[in-house]
Amino acid sequence: MAGFDFDVIQRSLPYLFLEGMRFTLTLTALAALGGIAFGTLLALVRLAAVQPFALLAAGYVNLMRAVPLVLVIFWFYFLVPYMGQWITGAERPIAVGAFWSSLITFTLFEAAYFSEIMRAGIQSIPRAQVQASYALGMTYLQTIASIVLPQALRNMLPVLLTQTIILFQDTSLVYVLSITDFLGAASKVARRDGRLVEMYLFAAFVYFLISLAASQLVRRLQRRVAIVK
Amino acid sequence: MTATVTPMITIAGVSKWYGPIQVLKDCRTLVEKGEVVVICGPSGSGKSTLIKCVNGLEPFEKGEITVDGVSVGDKSTNLPMLRARIGMVFQHFELFPHLTVMRNLTLAQVKVLNRSREEATERGLRLLDRVGLKAHAHRYPGELSGGQQQRVAIARALAMDPIAMLFDEPTSALDPEMIGEVLDVMVSLAREGMTMMVVTHEMGFASKVAHRVIFMDQGEIVEDAPKADFFHKPHSERAQAFLSKILQH
Repeated sequence: MAGFDFDVIQRSLPYLFLEGMRFTLTLTALAALGGIAFGTLLALVRLAAVQPFALLAAGYVNLMRAVPLVLVIFWFYFLVPYMGQWITGAERPIAVGAFWSSLITFTLFEAAYFSEIMRAGIQSIPRAQVQASYALGMTYLQTIASIVLPQALRNMLPVLLTQTIILFQDTSLVYVLSITDFLGAASKVARRDGRLVEMYLFAAFVYFLISLAASQLVRRLQRRVAIVK
Repeated sequence: MTATVTPMITIAGVSKWYGPIQVLKDCRTLVEKGEVVVICGPSGSGKSTLIKCVNGLEPFEKGEITVDGVSVGDKSTNLPMLRARIGMVFQHFELFPHLTVMRNLTLAQVKVLNRSREEATERGLRLLDRVGLKAHAHRYPGELSGGQQQRVAIARALAMDPIAMLFDEPTSALDPEMIGEVLDVMVSLAREGMTMMVVTHEMGFASKVAHRVIFMDQGEIVEDAPKADFFHKPHSERAQAFLSKILQH
């Protein structure tokens, strides 16, 4: 077993974390926020049951959940420039860059999962709460914004965060676009120095540690935010 | 005296169906300004459905309801604006559990009536004081007893300066020892001349402050009589049977 060189990890730490992990965490945080916002919108459209829109939202969610993420990442990477061209009416496909392309991909993909979580959260709010809000003269939108969503978000916070931990792991798939996220950075060092085993072991260890710590935090939070009924 | 005889609430020939099942059958009655009307009847008789029709929380297929001259069923009516003027108290309180007591009282004042936060808070404090819960302004609903929650719910409705109040079985989810504190608030409201429709089985409350008692059964208004007549000589057998059942204890 001669020839393991764990020193390579220490030498590449700044690169791994300041570039790789920073990209991963930024992508995770922004995609989670965007995904929850868009997912909530999808959930509301589905629940409002205005037929064509509700069907469209349901179709979107089912499609996204039925396709492998790697494929979605690939397709969006090639399609987003053309979508940008189509939306802005520019003459040429718009160069979006790896970061924006992956942010849009993950936001749109994760929105499908967040939407199902939010749908359950919204449906868990008793109908009488909505009636009480209406009885005070609040409109549909005021009721959604002040009564339904705050309670739904709070009830679903642990599940939303758990999904975000999964998202954190999933972002590693952007390595297929040769993006320098944490795994991408580790993989570049590994190939440059011929230290595949050391680097992939280390990467796995870091993902494991962060995910474990995060889920412990979620558990604690879960106990604190439960609303006294 | 000028004869302003427009009743506060008119219910004219209201019928409602859930699919093939008719839950309200040609209900009609009037509630004058300042009148307290108690609605009683066996469960499933349509009492709650009827008062939820009054502020449009339940749609109805036939007939008309007006509140202060405004039609509830009319498509062009601004229902939120109308509801803001009608207070409603629910069986299970329905305070908003994620907001403090004070925020429960000020939310709609600010969002619907466009009052400033200071004005809404001041009004809220005054009403909490009135129901004896000023000290609990910054608690959350889940920290209060059922009776306290229901008093907060009444204060929340009153904060909107309603022209009429609807009560949907306000004491039936309460432990017996808490019923009195809620009824006390309702009695004092009635004595101040608030127009009230109250679905309740509390016949003590009815005999103390009601002007009229309506008895419903199977979606119909079977009896609609002044309090004294209702308690002493109800016309229908169904009302007699109901009264003897709930008064024998």
